[in-house]
Amino acid sequence: MIPSLLQLVAYLEKSALAENIRENDVLFPTIESVHVLSICLVVGSILIVDLRLVGLASVRRAASSVLSTILPLTWSAFAIAITSGSLMFISNATKYLSNDFFVCKMILIGVAGVNMAIFHLVSVRNLHLWDHSLNPPLQARLAGAFSILLWISVVACGRWIGFTMGVN
Amino acid sequence: MKFAAYMSWLSKWLASTALSQTIQTSGWLIPTLQTIHILCVATVLSSAIIVDLRICGIFDRNEPLQYIARRFLPVIWPVLLILLLTGSLLVVAEPHRSLQNSTFILKMGLLVVAVAITAGLQASINRSSGVLDKNNFHRIAARFAACGSILIWCGIVFAGRWIAYTEAG
Repeated sequence: MIPSLLQLVAYLEKSALAENIRENDVLFPTIESVHVLSICLVVGSILIVDLRLVGLASVRRAASSVLSTILPLTWSAFAIAITSGSLMFISNATKYLSNDFFVCKMILIGVAGVNMAIFHLVSVRNLHLWDHSLNPPLQARLAGAFSILLWISVVACGRWIGFTMGVN
Repeated sequence: MKFAAYMSWLSKWLASTALSQTIQTSGWLIPTLQTIHILCVATVLSSAIIVDLRICGIFDRNEPLQYIARRFLPVIWPVLLILLLTGSLLVVAEPHRSLQNSTFILKMGLLVVAVAITAGLQASINRSSGVLDKNNFHRIAARFAACGSILIWCGIVFAGRWIAYTEAG
């Protein structure tokens, strides 16, 4: 499976689209700006949800209503971040794959996804018990705290990629 | 003294300070400051955009605008102070990269406009309870301001990234 995945990456890196992004002076910084913008919205909005789970903000609103109003914004921004990120990735795939901070960032996003999945499978099931509580249960607070730490690390890794890739 | 000549003198002087030397040569301080800067941008941008979207009637319409503004706008001001602090340190570290860069000047100009619109919206929402939801003229004016605010905050993030790609003059 791994060799075929590497072949696919090599194929994408050789594509005309990847070449255009690599060679064009305007395209890469523009995609990068869209990426930063969407990551900011992902992190800013997920922080609102996480702080509610930890019990530090929006406590007068039901947790369920914070989740249902904010998460669509998070997912929309995440879709844009994935798209812009993938375009940057294929323009220099081999270099990104050999960059430790890039690999770390992908793993951290994966862990954030697992953290979120566990929260939805475990804590959301008894959400009605603590929906209006100022002190959410420990499992919800842990999920929120982990998420905050993970997303801060994702942003840090993202910035460090720029300093270790030989591009800006 | 002309603006460009003054900026040139200022960035030479800043670059010669001990603080600038320390940040420049540490290797990890600049990315750390940039990471804090981006996290603060995420907070300010998301808060401002959520209130702007609510003014435009797109986000969380069941919740009164005043509650949403009270939840999200106050946090902008202390975080903006951290942004000014980390931003200033980044300027001190590499003054030539920013002070003599037209994109950086543009970013600062956009920031002044964004801050003015956000402060104006916050003041008028606090002053007039519910009027932006009821009065037609006020609602349309507020929607214009909110759309402008979204565009300008996004422009600030774009300009921020483009500083790295603009030739310093």
